[in-house]
Amino acid sequence: MSYRLVWRKAVNVVMLSLTGLCALTSLSVLFFILGYLIWKGGSHLSWSFLTHLPAPVGEEGGGMANAIVGSGKLLLIAALTGIPVGFLGGVYLAEFGGKTFSFLVRYTADLLNGVPSIVMGIFAYTIVVMPMGHFSALAGGLALGVMLIPIVVRSTEEFLRAVPITLREGALALGATKWRAVATVIVPAAFQGIATGMLLSLARVAGETAPLLFTSFSNQFWSSGFNQPTASLPVMIYTYAISPYDDWHRQAWAAGLLLLALVLMANVGARLLLSRRVATPR
Amino acid sequence: MATVMRDFNLLEEPLKEKPDLPKSPKEAVNPLEPKFRVSNLNVFYGATQALHNVSLEIPPNRITALIGPSGCGKTSFLRVLNRMHETVSTSRVEGQVLLGEQNILTMDVTQLRRRVGMVFQKSNPFPKSIFENVAYGLRVNGWHRKGTLHDAVEASLRRAALWEEVKDHLHKSAYALSGGQQQRLCIARALAIEPEVLLLDEPCSALDPIATAKIEELLFRLKEICTIVIVTHNMQQAARVSEFTGFFLLGKLIEFNKTAVIFKTPARKETEDYITGRFG
Ligand SMILES: Nc1ncnc2c1ncn2[C@@H]1O[C@H](COP(=O)(O)OP(=O)(O)OP(=O)(O)O)[C@@H](O)[C@H]1O
Ligand SMILES: [Mg+2]
Repeated sequence: MSYRLVWRKAVNVVMLSLTGLCALTSLSVLFFILGYLIWKGGSHLSWSFLTHLPAPVGEEGGGMANAIVGSGKLLLIAALTGIPVGFLGGVYLAEFGGKTFSFLVRYTADLLNGVPSIVMGIFAYTIVVMPMGHFSALAGGLALGVMLIPIVVRSTEEFLRAVPITLREGALALGATKWRAVATVIVPAAFQGIATGMLLSLARVAGETAPLLFTSFSNQFWSSGFNQPTASLPVMIYTYAISPYDDWHRQAWAAGLLLLALVLMANVGARLLLSRRVATPR
Repeated sequence: MATVMRDFNLLEEPLKEKPDLPKSPKEAVNPLEPKFRVSNLNVFYGATQALHNVSLEIPPNRITALIGPSGCGKTSFLRVLNRMHETVSTSRVEGQVLLGEQNILTMDVTQLRRRVGMVFQKSNPFPKSIFENVAYGLRVNGWHRKGTLHDAVEASLRRAALWEEVKDHLHKSAYALSGGQQQRLCIARALAIEPEVLLLDEPCSALDPIATAKIEELLFRLKEICTIVIVTHNMQQAARVSEFTGFFLLGKLIEFNKTAVIFKTPARKETEDYITGRFG
């Protein structure tokens, strides 16, 4: 074998291994994090952790029931505000938009998607917390809701665009108005994809901490309604992790594990939903 | 270009009544009155012109076939007849198209499409049940009488010769049907709103000979209740099913006449060349 050939083969092998190694790394990071969380927090993730309020400082035990419910509340507000806006915006982009305005909306959505979450927090702080004079689940939920909008806009648009043009024409040719065709044929045809996008967007913002720090803040107790400072899993993790107590550290790991498990479950659920799609027309 | 319209007032036989196909009153027009009168139709996509000065009259309750080589503008012509060309944002139309006495280019588009149905090259059932597919046109056109919806769906499926095959699973997904069945479902869906005209753009191009034969037989019976315009690449099909044939070439209507005349004694050299397979 000539020297050149050996060299080329060597480069081939090296590059192949390098790319393979990096692929393996990206794959293993998730399992490493998951494994580490289980090791550190798994033993603390008990029934009482899920059902009890945090223990007072200095006492062992206690749980994060209020933070679990609080995260649920925040996501509920976020979903109720961000998803309808994002969904209808996506429908507009995919079905009704002209050129210039659509381009603007799409571009703005992408920029909004890139706005650091802490900036979202400041924004919600200024327009909700300051006028109301106190932290609240409402302010936190709205901050998360604004973050949902661009994600849902783009995923809705994408899934609607994937609906074959022949279906649109079929509906229009039967005398349906544009809106009727969209509402009764095109959106239902893309529904599983759209729903998946919504679920993934919720999973994505469920772990946001920065925008909650100065909107919903936190709470050691139950908060009733949507008008009080409210605990959430990410903020709890943050507070407990920087505390000086060993027991709190363990609880932070457990909360991290819980949060990751919920997000992973939402992701897997979304994939299942997508894979159960009805067959496409022949 | 000289318009090559012929008089079709010499229709051989009067329309026969078929008892199993109800005739709605709107079909009881003078059979000699053309359904569509197209004059000097030009169609543009952006700067390119797809149709040049097309004029023709489409006879009622007859099957008119449109033939011609690929890209000659058959689809463009057909889609103007129910204004589906408007889904292409760059398209522009000049000229006049009358449906009966009404100018279709100025009438309400949903009204037009309710009267002029369309079946596409690739069958396009909605991702809904068989029943909901057929009922769709009725629903969007404000059909609310629940009890009779089922009857209307059944009647349409019978007309499309599909009822016997699907009557036991009306609520299954339309995607579970075969390609030929799906195409007949699309025809049933179009028929449900009782259109005066049915436009078909190469409806059999994706089907095997048996499914094709079924659809042709169906078209034969359907002309009792509506006017049919069919685009086809298949010369035998045009000869088999149609009474009138229009031959398009490079965006122009070269010849329009009785099918027998077009196929046996065409007036134009181009037509003869195409029919005998010398080009296209
Ligand atoms: N959406 C469109 N945008 C731009 N040009 C178009 C569009 N649709 C058709 N054309 C052009 O118009 C001309 C006629 O096309 P048309 O589809 O009507 O032909 P056709 O006779 O139906 O051909 P085929 O037999 O292949 O279906 C072609 O030159 C085509 O390139
Ligand atoms: Mg065509």
